[in-house]
Amino acid sequence: MINFVLRRLASAIPTVFLVITISFFLMRFAPGGPFDLERPLPPETMANIMKTYQLDQPLWLQYIHYLGNAVRGDFGPSFIYKDNTVAQLIVQALPYSVQIGSTALLIALFGGVILGTIAALRQNGIIDIVLMSVSTVGITVPTFVVGPVLTLVFALMLGWLPAGGWGDGSFRQLALPITVLALPQIAIIARLTRGSMIEALHTDHIRTAKAYGLPSRVVVITHALRGALLPVVSYLAPAAAALLTGSAVVESIFTIPGIGRFFVLGALNRDYPLVMATVVIVAVFVIVFNLLVDIAYGLLDPRVRHD
Amino acid sequence: MVLMKTKLATTILLGSLLLGSSQALAEVVLHRGNAGEPKSLDYAHISINIEGFVIYDLFEGLTIHDAAGKIVPGAAESWKISEDGKVYTFKIRDDAKWSDGTPVTAEDFQFSMRRIENPKTAAEYANLLYPIKNAEAVNLGKAPVEELGVKAIDAKTLEITLERPTPYFLQLLSHYTALPISKANYEKFGDQFVKPGNMVSNGAFKLQSHVPNDTLTVVKNENYWDAKNVKIDKVIFYPIEDAAAAVRRFEAKELDVTYNFSADQIKRLRGLYGDQVHVSPALATYYYAFDMRQPPFDDIRVRRALSMAIDRDFLSNEIYNGAQLPTYSLVPPNMEGYGTPPQPDFASLSQIDREDKAVALLKEAGYGKGGKPLDIEIRYNTNTNHERVATAVADMWKTALGANVSLVNLDVASHYSYLKEGGKFNVARAGWAADYADPENFLALNISTNKTFNYPHYNNPDYDKLIAQSYDERDPAKRMELMRKAETLLVNDQPLAPLMVSADLWLVSNRVKGWVDNATNNHLSKFLSVSN
Repeated sequence: MINFVLRRLASAIPTVFLVITISFFLMRFAPGGPFDLERPLPPETMANIMKTYQLDQPLWLQYIHYLGNAVRGDFGPSFIYKDNTVAQLIVQALPYSVQIGSTALLIALFGGVILGTIAALRQNGIIDIVLMSVSTVGITVPTFVVGPVLTLVFALMLGWLPAGGWGDGSFRQLALPITVLALPQIAIIARLTRGSMIEALHTDHIRTAKAYGLPSRVVVITHALRGALLPVVSYLAPAAAALLTGSAVVESIFTIPGIGRFFVLGALNRDYPLVMATVVIVAVFVIVFNLLVDIAYGLLDPRVRHD
Repeated sequence: MVLMKTKLATTILLGSLLLGSSQALAEVVLHRGNAGEPKSLDYAHISINIEGFVIYDLFEGLTIHDAAGKIVPGAAESWKISEDGKVYTFKIRDDAKWSDGTPVTAEDFQFSMRRIENPKTAAEYANLLYPIKNAEAVNLGKAPVEELGVKAIDAKTLEITLERPTPYFLQLLSHYTALPISKANYEKFGDQFVKPGNMVSNGAFKLQSHVPNDTLTVVKNENYWDAKNVKIDKVIFYPIEDAAAAVRRFEAKELDVTYNFSADQIKRLRGLYGDQVHVSPALATYYYAFDMRQPPFDDIRVRRALSMAIDRDFLSNEIYNGAQLPTYSLVPPNMEGYGTPPQPDFASLSQIDREDKAVALLKEAGYGKGGKPLDIEIRYNTNTNHERVATAVADMWKTALGANVSLVNLDVASHYSYLKEGGKFNVARAGWAADYADPENFLALNISTNKTFNYPHYNNPDYDKLIAQSYDERDPAKRMELMRKAETLLVNDQPLAPLMVSADLWLVSNRVKGWVDNATNNHLSKFLSVSN
């Protein structure tokens, strides 16, 4: 097991290296630069700035410098948000994204699994049809529609919830963004659970368990669900990475000071160091969650063993 | 109006009597929506108005804009200008203090201005203060900072020497590039002086906390010389780049003031909020530049015909809902001392007559029906409104002139870097917002020696000469006249087609008092108050 984890972590290093390299050059080949504003700067000012940020050096040299610093965990100063280093911005913003992302993920996981299981047990019944139709809507309607609509209803018309902002960070303050993040995930997880649960309920060992006269609650929860969760678990890796590293759309709609907004603002402003750091963080999250999922697989499915 | 005011005053008076003292003691907070996160709180590293809104609440220059946008004394209580217009001597207020209680001195100003021109600072806007003696040389690293023409005579007397008379110099001093920072504080914290806890400021407010992309909170500075007239205890700036989100938060009463909303919302918001919706003409011009280096745009007849065929009223009403107003000059109206800017001869014609004239002009130039085909590519920076304008203009040129028009868009950084680096184009969108309220700021864009901003590559020696003369003219009225003459040439030659004057869009709750729309778009919180 430990060997497995170590091997996986070792193989992650070239992946991260590749992600850094590709993003570095893609970013630089995009036209324009961090200091091309709507009002262009005079050449002499531009020269001063390029020198200060070492952007006047050849690209390969900048790349080597960047790699060297990144290895030491130094992502450099932000070109755009000059009062901060990139590390300071990320350390400040990431907890906001993680907090709403993880809450949404937990809600989606429990909500989705419960709803999916209910639908599977009532396959083709009224509840199943209603749940699955609603979940189709949940998946297809984009967050930039759901967000403003929910705000309109719950903040402007009913006045129950705030329209945006982090405020005091209470659940009431964040209920809307968390809901908007969770809704499509609940829908997807419910559909996955339903599908694999229906399959599981028709397997031999479940039929045997039923024949032994085990109460159906026990059959479903301890036996069927265990197998049925496998597809959900493998879906969780990319979903968790995406949710925890912040949704640019949801953070913009609800003015949450998370990392997703920095990613978009950084890309639009050509803030190379900021974009690079967010890309690296997303890559690390994806790698780590994939690893966790593989470990969880071994625990859920005895046929998978990590030697 | 007078009656209304009296009624209002009575209501407020009665209200305050009824509510009693508990209300009077409550903290007065202004919630200000700001259209984005400031890139810095360092006056040397900011470049747009939303950063100005924050920085002007924190720091006070020698001159400031009052509620109506007029230049009035700020940290300086008075000044003298020498006969030749080249030496300004400022008397700094005796009671001007930093938020830590130490006095604001002439040396602080000298230090700050040297810092902004120091090439090591790499200040984006250093060129704005180039009228100061040796500023350009210092900024280019050709002279030591000590040679900058800014001298502290004594603790409260500052002498600024200029390269040449600069009639708009007092305007420049109100700009954030000319703000002071505390020398002692900077020596202690270096560039980290911008952080909460480190920063000391000399404006009406001081920095309390700053969470990027969430909130920036400033509180009343009790050491400010005019603190007794500051009616707000705390201003919270909310950086919200998503305009629709800002409007929703205003509607939910979470914001008292918010800047910038989508123009297509004007009608709806007016219906709901009436005069809380402010559309204030700005000193900013939206124009299309023609690339004069190549045919057919080197032909004045083609440029004039294309400009005439653009129905500016349509753009203003249908695309911007009146949030941008039609214009025919590069210098926007409402420029103090300039009067109505010169208009091209076709401005007074109806749109139908203009189109007839345009067709005739093009025929004369050999284009249009029976002549050479007219192929035009319009470049613009990616933005819904710019796209709609380009689409409409393309349609006007197709319908009225039979041109083949294609559209190309790039994100804003790429678009302007292409133009700035001299990339070839046909027609390109551009905009200019005033740095200071003087026509020179617009007209100097198109002198032939301006390698950066002269997108059309306009090269008219007469124009250059008039602008050059205006710099040496000491009489304000004569100087304005020289600039008017120059702009008359510009609107006749049409190196660019001015289309619209921008307007600043604000939502200002009726809880906020003291708000005055003004073309400079300066709204210091110290002039505002909030009622419950």
